[in-house]
Amino acid sequence: MATIRYQKNPATAEAPWVRRTLLGVGLSFFVLFLLLPLVAVFSEALRKGWDVYIAALIEPDALSAVKLTLIAALIAVPLNLVFGVSAAWAVAKHDFRGKQLLITFIDLPFSVSPVVAGLSYILLFGAQGWFGTWLQAHDLKIIFAVPGIVLATVFITFPFVARELIPLMQAQGRDEEEAATVLGASGWQTFWAVTLPNVKWGLLYGVILCNARAMGEFGAVSVVSGRIRGQTNTLPLHVEILYNEYQFAAAFAVASLLALLALVTLVLKQFVEWRAGQARKEIQ
Amino acid sequence: MGFTLFYLSLIVLIPLSAVFFKSFSNGTEAFWVAATSPRVMASYKLSFGTSLLAALINLVFGLILAWSLVRYEFPGRKIVDALIDLPFALPTAVAGIALTALYAGNGWLGQYLEPLGIKVAFTPLGILVALIFIGLPFVVRTVQPVLEDMQTELEEAAASLGAHRWQTFRLVLLPMLMPALLTGFALAFARAVGEYGSVIFIAGNLPMVSEITPLMIISKLEQYDYVGATAIAAVMLMFSFVLLLAINGLQAWSARRNGEK
Repeated sequence: MATIRYQKNPATAEAPWVRRTLLGVGLSFFVLFLLLPLVAVFSEALRKGWDVYIAALIEPDALSAVKLTLIAALIAVPLNLVFGVSAAWAVAKHDFRGKQLLITFIDLPFSVSPVVAGLSYILLFGAQGWFGTWLQAHDLKIIFAVPGIVLATVFITFPFVARELIPLMQAQGRDEEEAATVLGASGWQTFWAVTLPNVKWGLLYGVILCNARAMGEFGAVSVVSGRIRGQTNTLPLHVEILYNEYQFAAAFAVASLLALLALVTLVLKQFVEWRAGQARKEIQ
Repeated sequence: MGFTLFYLSLIVLIPLSAVFFKSFSNGTEAFWVAATSPRVMASYKLSFGTSLLAALINLVFGLILAWSLVRYEFPGRKIVDALIDLPFALPTAVAGIALTALYAGNGWLGQYLEPLGIKVAFTPLGILVALIFIGLPFVVRTVQPVLEDMQTELEEAAASLGAHRWQTFRLVLLPMLMPALLTGFALAFARAVGEYGSVIFIAGNLPMVSEITPLMIISKLEQYDYVGATAIAAVMLMFSFVLLLAINGLQAWSARRNGEK
């Protein structure tokens, strides 16, 4: 194990009491702030027994929330996947002015508050927004309807794939692409046969994170949703409504569904990291 | 390339520029009044203060956790390593109600803290707890790879020259970790300031006491006060810009540092 190497070498090892203290402090912090909240979700969800738990999940409003969450993710993830690949391709394999600025703009949704993101869509498409009158005249509804939720989700998950791919593609350089071009491959052929296979694990990694965020987004979606039960309620919003109505067991039951999703995400992520590591070893 | 710019403008740039245009549509006077009312000022103080404190706490404990994961062998290390990312994967609303359940007066932790006179849920302390949860992986995940790539030769050289372990850490390791630490700190801070979902459940949301800035935007929106909401949003947006530029600068610095070796 790599970790043992450090402790066998007197120059990089700490005194046992220092090691134990650091481990103790770090792990206590981990248990207190990360593990306990996770355990609490499942324990609260099952507090009133399995019947209440199942009932909360198969109730029509919950099912329609599941459906809307899936729809939003199914639209947002592929859109941002295509964008992420093309943005990373543009940034890593080409030179142009303002590249750094472009990267900064791609990162923007990470540092903008989700609430501000939701608000900006209201300003554009809301009843008093820039396109509000036009939308009303054509009987189109974006805010307080499904399209608004999808848009907010797209905004929030915008950088995930691009962020994962840009450093990966930059590290790989352009040698292989240039070789392919010299051998007579077209731009598309080079992309499908050379660039894409090289980044497939990073791509998958980005998609997994993107999907988790898309299904779990709360702040941005809550601003544009209007929270119409059975219509514009996603799973996280459904959790909030149940919680504010003091239906704690039901709220935690739905929350446990999202927590399970988070755990699946972490397992998948771990698997992809492991496979990516394997792939790197094969090359070396 | 064209598609990238088009999509970026459509989804991100145009909506965000709408915030700026709208916030100044009633003149700078109205903007200023809305962005600096006492209740809003109190929310800035709370949001920035708790976020800064949470990021500092994460800086210290994140470093300890990253160090333990890279340097020490202990049972369950792989599981701890995987679960560090939980705050990225767990929806914020779920985190919010879980933390509230833990720290409320009758919760697992709250029942022991309350007799000691420490109220966490529904106070600014609760906001701090939620922001620590949200920000922790940022620090661990920026510091961990740098620690893993670090060569042991420098530490060996320091030890052979007679440095104590603490001196080696402070004078050799810490300067090398600094860019990564600051980046993680800034990322955690930026995320904490904008955070909404996990905080509103545990905060109690009392005006002037435990009302965070994103919540102010929501409550203005609910009163159809669009000018007020966008003014606050514009302030937060400017802050995001500045912090993002700082983070990019830090990452460039970090890359240069690691390239030198």
